Order: sequence, then structure tokens, then C-alpha cells
Amino acid sequence: MQSGDLSIALPEIILSLFAMGGLLVGAYGGKDKLASLMLWVTAAVLVALAAWIGFQGAGTATVFNGMFTDDAFARFAKVTVLLSAAAVLLMSESYMIKRDLLRFEYPLLIALASVGMMVMVSASDLIALYMGLELQSLALYVVASLRRDSVKSTEAGLKYFVLGALSSGLLLYGASLVYGFSGTTEFAGIIQAAQGETPVGMLIGLSFVIAGLAFKVSAAPFHMWTPDVYEGAPTPITAFFATAPKMAAMGLFARVVHDAFGGVIGDWQQIVAALAVASMFLGAVAAIGQRNIKRLMAYSSIAHMGFALMGLASGTAQGVESMLIYMAIYVTMNIGTFAFILSMEKDGSPVLTIDALSLYSKRDPAKALAVLVLMFSLAGVPPMVGFFGKYSVLLAAVDGGLAWLAILGVTASVIGAFYYLRIVFIMYFGADESELDKGGSGILWGFLMASAAAMVFGVFNLFGIEGPAAAAAAALAG
Amino acid sequence: MSAQIFAFYLFAVSCVAGGLFTVIARNPVHSVLWLILSFLSAAGLFVLLGAEFVAMLLIIVYVGAVAVLFLFVVMMLDVDFAELKAEMARYLPLALLIGVVILMQLAMAFGVWETAEGVTLADRPDAIAGGGDHNTDALGRILYDKYFLLFQLSGLILLVAMVGAIVLTLRHRDYVKRQDVLAQMYRDPAEAMELKDIKPGQGL
Repeated sequence: MQSGDLSIALPEIILSLFAMGGLLVGAYGGKDKLASLMLWVTAAVLVALAAWIGFQGAGTATVFNGMFTDDAFARFAKVTVLLSAAAVLLMSESYMIKRDLLRFEYPLLIALASVGMMVMVSASDLIALYMGLELQSLALYVVASLRRDSVKSTEAGLKYFVLGALSSGLLLYGASLVYGFSGTTEFAGIIQAAQGETPVGMLIGLSFVIAGLAFKVSAAPFHMWTPDVYEGAPTPITAFFATAPKMAAMGLFARVVHDAFGGVIGDWQQIVAALAVASMFLGAVAAIGQRNIKRLMAYSSIAHMGFALMGLASGTAQGVESMLIYMAIYVTMNIGTFAFILSMEKDGSPVLTIDALSLYSKRDPAKALAVLVLMFSLAGVPPMVGFFGKYSVLLAAVDGGLAWLAILGVTASVIGAFYYLRIVFIMYFGADESELDKGGSGILWGFLMASAAAMVFGVFNLFGIEGPAAAAAAALAG
Repeated sequence: MSAQIFAFYLFAVSCVAGGLFTVIARNPVHSVLWLILSFLSAAGLFVLLGAEFVAMLLIIVYVGAVAVLFLFVVMMLDVDFAELKAEMARYLPLALLIGVVILMQLAMAFGVWETAEGVTLADRPDAIAGGGDHNTDALGRILYDKYFLLFQLSGLILLVAMVGAIVLTLRHRDYVKRQDVLAQMYRDPAEAMELKDIKPGQGL
């Protein structure tokens, strides 16, 4: 190990040192009195690191004996993860204070989870992959049950923990088989062993690894935990679950299948395609019956993961690029939508049924319009940006020779549009006047409006994310 | 008989004897002490094999932590050991049978053990990563050098686990009385105590 290794991983090191220092300050300083300050400082650090990583420049470096890779792909994923984590932190402040949940450990746990996610997207070794994944998951289990006096929140944390442990077991079992048949845990060595005629044991290992990863991105049929955890966890935590960890897990997924199994695309392509079809349809159909908006968003995220996996299933650099663009758009849309859900209150307490939105357009026309834009974008209605995300993954699937998958994707998208448009219908043509509180926190309003504006004005050039996404995809699958 | 062979038989005998007396000692505290003797002898055997790191682990982890934990359990918990002993006497024939079967299997496996041609069994395995002669050295090299990143990451994971346990379970209750050392030290005896002269036969 040389100092050069440390300088490549400097953003991760700084963030971990910040989290550890924050814990000391919190424990010896003012405890939860410092929580608000800690939250803002953490968000600032996350944004600063994102900016630093984003402008760091080009190049690929593999350090720590081939366990940690810093390339354009990792940087793209890290910037998305850090920015969305910071956004969710800022959105959560007022909610957490109101419910007396704002403890100084909360922003620091989010920071440590971000370290885990950064390691995940940079991992180029099975052990480093697992370490990053566990660091992220363990912090998420804790924040899911942060509201420890609520039965639902503790249930969410416990369910997430038990099923997460199961999925880690699947992943480890697969990883040990892959290690056994390739003789190395490094992706660079595995890709040499997995060429052409791969041994059956290796394929079984690959399937188990993919099953474990599918659990982390909540792709059907490994999605069962998602609705319960989304519903039970405090809403800002749900917003966090729906954004940064999804991006990180998809990044990890792409890295494993391309960096370690890029030589046997045909073998994993069918698994990923099956996961994509199951997720898209399950997400589209199961959400129709939901009246609770958090559960609805859970199924919505399952469906969106299906579309992102469709891009990945094409097995090309174009597919990875479309997946990254799709995930960036998805994260932006979800931040806006959750900013709105966080502001849904009646007499100061949160309301989560979609029927409460009835005729919301009369109550608060500006916010209703923003939600309309977001819902259209989530459904993939042109000319919102969400349409271009869907278009790029469909194009990648067709170019990758998976036209049948693209057709199924369009079908699922049409089914799924129903429940997004129903929310719009209830808001504009509902039966009775909504009684939700007006106004609310300025931060939430700002995030909602910014996200909706991005969905409209992004149509011109997608804010230039195509270039970095293409570079990222070239670094991974080029 | 060289010193090494003498040491081997010494440790081997005391290891087996320690195990035997762990089972048959009447006093449970003596049982745990015999167990510690057995652990220590096993550590000695590991040293003879050249696996000094495992020997240290055995002493630190098993003797230092596990055996002490056993002692605490034996001393703190009210376990009726006489009853447990009676249970053991009942199952002794079955246990003996299983023991004999395992012994015979081991003997059979050892009897037909053959190495492939051209392979010689090393007396003492070489250090794994080369360089140092001691396996402690080699393990340290792997853990703190090759797997430096993973070692630090597992530290972070343990930190998150600790923070999580505290966040989810620690409650600051106002009514809990805590010791305040300074307040105790600066208490004024004149205010804290009052002497009263009570006449015999009268209450307060």
C-alpha cells in the first residue's frame, strides 16, 4: 500500500473521518441539540465531495491490490449518490424535528451509509463489494427503525434486517462458488476465468450473486420487503431508500456483471431480462390497488428498477449509459415526489392516503401543477424528461437485440401510467375539497419546484448528463 | 528423548487429562479450571507445531474470555449441577458408544492414509505470504497490508453496528438517579448530617 492508494480513495476517507469526528463532537458536545447543525454540515460535506469528485477529471485507477477502482463510472454513480443523499438530508430536517426524531446520529449514519455506497460502486473485488454493501445496509437497517416507539417502524427495520441478512447470505454463497471456480476474488481475475465455456458451478455462483443484488435493488421476485419497509420507515428515510441506495446498488450490479462477468454476457443477460420483466409488470399491476402513497411509491420504484435493469440487460455500453441516465432521472423525480409527500399534512400530522389529495389543485395550484409534471414524468409521458429516460432504455434494449423485452416494457409502462394519472385525476377532478395544510416548509417547496422544473426544462439537453454517462459506460463496458 | 518430544507428550497428556477431569470433576468451578488447563496444553501443542499465532489466540480468546465467561456463569447462575451430573450418568453408555465409533473411524482413516506419489508431507508448513518466518508476521502482512482496505472497512461496519445499537436502545430517562462524584465530594457534612440527642426510652 502506498500513499497513492490513499489519495485515490481520499473522498471516502474524508467522509469516514468526518462521520467519526461528528460522532465524537455529538457525544461529548451538546448531544441532540447539535443535530440540526450536524445535518446541515453533513449535507454540505456531501455536496462538497460530490463537486470534488465530479470535477476531479478523467482517468482510471485501480488501487489497494486491485480491490478499489476509481473510473468515470464510479465517479458518475458517486456524484448521484452524494447529491441525492444531501438533498434527502435537507428535506428531512423539518419532518424529523416535528416528530422529535432528529438525533445527531441520524446525519452521521447517512454519511456512513454514503461511504458504503461509494465503496460499492468502486468495488472491484468480491470482498470489497460485500464490505461496502454491508456498511450501507447496516446503516439503513438502523435508520429504518429510527422511530423506535412506533410498531410499524421497528417492524420495518426488523423485516429489512432479516431479509437483508438472507440476501447477504445468498450473495456470499454465490461469491464463494465464484471464488472456488475462478481461484480469485478480484474481478480482473474472475473475468479471465469466466470466458466462453464457463463451469456450471460458476454459473450457479453468478445466479446467486445476481439474486443477492436483485434483493438490494428490490427487483421482483426479490421485492417483498419493499412496500412494508417503505411504509413503516419514517417518510424522509423512505425518500432516502428510494434514491441513493438504489443508484448505488444498480451501479454495483452493473459493475459485477460487466467487470467480473463481461465475458459471459449471454449467461446473465437472460436472468437480468427476466428480473426486468417481472419487476416492470409487478410494479405496474400491484400499485393499482394501493391508496397509501408510500406503498404506491414502493411499487413505483420496483417498476422503475425493472426499466433500469432492462437497459442493463442489453449487455452493451449503450445499455449501461441508458441505465445511468435512467437512474439519474429517476432519483431526481423521486426527490421531488417525496418532497411533496413530506409536505402532505393535515393539522400538522402527516397524511398518506391519495384520497386526501382530492381537488388539491384548488387549494394550492402551484404545487398541484408541479406534482402533475412529476407524475407525468414518472409515467413516462412525453414531453417530460421521464419519457426520455424510458426511451433511452427501450432503445438500448432494441439495439441489443431484445426487441421482445422492449415491447413488454412499453406494455408495462402503459399499465403503470394508470396509477400515476389517477393521482393527477384526484388532484384536479376529485369529489370534495382537500383539507391538507397550506404552505409548509420552504425547503420542501424548493425541492419540489426544482425537481418539477428539471423535468420540464431538462428536455433540451438533459442538463448535459449524457456526456458523463457515456464516458462512464465506456469506462465499464467499452 | 529430545526436549521437543518430551514437551509434546507432556502437553498431550495434560490436555487429555484436563478434558477428562473437566467432565468428571464434582465441583463445577474445578471443571472450568481443568478446562483452562486443557486449553493451555492445546496452546502448547500449537506452539510445537509452529503455529504460534493460533496458540496466542487460544490463550487470549479461550482462556482469557471464554473460560472466564464460563466461570461467571457457573458462579452467578443457580444451576443445579448435581442434577446435570445425574443426567450425564444416564447417557454415559450412549456417549461412550459414540466415542468409540469416532475413535475407530479416525483409526481407519489414519490407517489407509496415503499421499500421492512424489509428495512429501512437510513437518512444518511454510509461512503463507513469504518474507517473514513466523506465521504471525505473514498473517499481519496479509491483514494490514494486502487487505488494508477491507480491514478498515470492517472497522467502520463495527462502528455502525455500535452506533446503531446505541441509537435504537439508549433512552435518556430523567428520573434515573445517577452518581455525581463531584456533588458527593463537595457535600458539606454540617448540612448533610444532623446529630440529635435522644433521651433513652423516647422516640423521635
